[in-house]
Amino acid sequence: MKTLMKLMGLLLALTMIAAACGDSDESGDTTAAPEETTATTEAGPTSDTNVGLTFDIGGRGDQSFNDSAATGIDKAQNELGISFTEAEPNADGSNRSELLQTQADVSQLVIAVGFLFGGDVEAVAAENAGVNFAVIDDAMLDFDNGGVPRGDNIAGLTFAEHEGSFLVGVAAALKSETGTVGFIGGVSGFGLIERFEAGFNEGARAVNPDIEIIPQYITEFPNFDGFNAPDRAKDIALGMYDQGADIVYHAAGGSGAGMFEAAKEQSEATGSKVWGIGVDSDQYNTVSTSVQEYVMTSMLKRVDVAVFEITKAHEDGMFAAGNTVYDLSVDGVGYSTTGGFIDDIVDQIEDYKAKIVSGEIVVPTEP
Amino acid sequence: MNPVLRRIGLALAAPAMAFVFAVAVSSIVLLISDSNPYDTFSTMLDNGTQLEIIVDTLNRATPLFIAGIAAAIGFRMNLFNIGVEGQYFLAAFAAAVIGAEVSLPGPLHIGLILVIAMVVGAAYAGLAAVLKVYRGVNEVIATIMLNFLAIGGIIAAIFPSVIDMSSGQATNAGTKAIPESGWIPDLNGFVEIFTREIGKGRELTGVIIIAVVVGVAYSIMVNRTVFGFDLRASGMNPLAARVGGIPPGRMIIIAMLLSGAIAGLIGMTEILSDNHSYDQGFVRGLGFEGLGIALLGRKTSPGIMFAALLFGFLDSSSAILQVSGSASQSIVIIMKATILLAAVVAYEVVDEYRKRDEVKRAALATGGAA
Repeated sequence: MKTLMKLMGLLLALTMIAAACGDSDESGDTTAAPEETTATTEAGPTSDTNVGLTFDIGGRGDQSFNDSAATGIDKAQNELGISFTEAEPNADGSNRSELLQTQADVSQLVIAVGFLFGGDVEAVAAENAGVNFAVIDDAMLDFDNGGVPRGDNIAGLTFAEHEGSFLVGVAAALKSETGTVGFIGGVSGFGLIERFEAGFNEGARAVNPDIEIIPQYITEFPNFDGFNAPDRAKDIALGMYDQGADIVYHAAGGSGAGMFEAAKEQSEATGSKVWGIGVDSDQYNTVSTSVQEYVMTSMLKRVDVAVFEITKAHEDGMFAAGNTVYDLSVDGVGYSTTGGFIDDIVDQIEDYKAKIVSGEIVVPTEP
Repeated sequence: MNPVLRRIGLALAAPAMAFVFAVAVSSIVLLISDSNPYDTFSTMLDNGTQLEIIVDTLNRATPLFIAGIAAAIGFRMNLFNIGVEGQYFLAAFAAAVIGAEVSLPGPLHIGLILVIAMVVGAAYAGLAAVLKVYRGVNEVIATIMLNFLAIGGIIAAIFPSVIDMSSGQATNAGTKAIPESGWIPDLNGFVEIFTREIGKGRELTGVIIIAVVVGVAYSIMVNRTVFGFDLRASGMNPLAARVGGIPPGRMIIIAMLLSGAIAGLIGMTEILSDNHSYDQGFVRGLGFEGLGIALLGRKTSPGIMFAALLFGFLDSSSAILQVSGSASQSIVIIMKATILLAAVVAYEVVDEYRKRDEVKRAALATGGAA
């Protein structure tokens, strides 16, 4: 029994080391970036502004949400001449407010990537009146008091995910040969992922009112494993392909990799090609090359646009507290064409896009 | 050498060895990743000696310490309570939900929340104990499964119905906030008697008092009570304890109930002093950290306190290391892991040395007498 105890101790330590090693791919990037900031400001304009970019767990190099924010800040650095410092929370998410405060000590604008920062930003912003704060994916409005901003120095940057999902729904319906498509949601029950489903359904039905859509969620809120369960996404996707779906759209973060694997497996097993649709970033560029040809398109959530625009607004003295929605009209959401699989239907998708921008089509946010 | 000094020296040898080893390994990792070890460590020290960061360290160490004690109670009985994680989640959730529904005078409200948390934690741990005693289910397996059931099952099932939707949006949704009578006051006023004013919105959690009470009670229980003696005896040699008339089943159940009750208190920094509700940002993983801290602290209150403070210090260095650009936050994880790994090995080496040394000295002593 005592030996078991020691073994367990060793095992515990080894798991922690393994966890740390998993992160160390990113560590090169994270440590390198601040050094670059001092060196690369020669050619473009220069600015005294420092932006404190605060990632959520995963940080730069997650090939998704955080990476998109990193793209935005890199662009801001090149085009606006700002410098930036970046940081991400401990794996258990325990030090969010400390990170924000440390960033606020050296920055004029602090951008927090992800709605989990909402409460902490409100508290830290109140202590740092001279610093502007922006939160990605949270409106940062005080709905108890009629929707006023939760602080004079707090902006909430949100996205019209339902509009982007509408467009990939259109693409799915146009491309589907079986008349059946699938939707995999990461986590149900907290309102965000349902927006993706609602938009997707609406877009698909706009093209083909009789289309059959199979929706399935991986886990239920507050269990967030659904965003990081590729094996389960794979099983679900295989099930959908078996039921006749030939295109599946996922809004399930890291689980999506499993869906693309399922597409490859199914295509190779049956000989008729099935597809997956990616989410958040252009997944053609982020999945492994072996499954690239199954990424029909991706619904783009342009976190980089939001990060760049809010930095620019701050630089221009136009920082506005309250909610800014990045929708189709400002290309805050969109779809990708990398791989050329939907080149033949881009015109039709653009028609729908124009109708949404003009207000002719109003996309619902609930399925 | 003076035997007392000798004992203290031996007790400190292992942690000291582990610390030196961890610093060495981290330095190598830092060098490989193009960071300067000297800068990194001096940044950590400069930062860690500021009053605000000391507050951060203590706030972080508080739940870690409680988690360490919860795990240690199990270890004393040779029980691996992996379920601390699920127990504190469920306890904090129940405490947040019920605590928000009642309105009582301050101390009573806080007391009620604490009692709910401890009862829920104990009950959930008791489930694993009952399975072990009456059905022979290994507690490691049972508690791992119960962790999943608590977080992915019970909380997931109930949460949607208790979500506070009054804000009109569900991004970082949580339970309704506990009314102010259920908030434990911060200790800033007390600390500021001795120091300057604590700035930057930092609040030293009042839960630290609960942690101190838990630590003292644990020490007294283990070292000064009959139950503590039975517990240690059962843990060291179950067969001998059984022959000596200590019922093993009863001991397992009581130990698990106690472990679970203390586990229930882990989430109290969030519920009583930080967030006042259970939401998606609820700090996870403390149960697993507690296992490591209990091992590092050798299952004693002072040891666990030092381990929790050390981990608390390392965790609160993470922000400045990244923002100052001196190192990635991974270095904090690497340091924690190497300290733990090295400590487990070093304790073994020192134990071996101590045993051999005792035999030698005993031989010398008897030889000298003859």
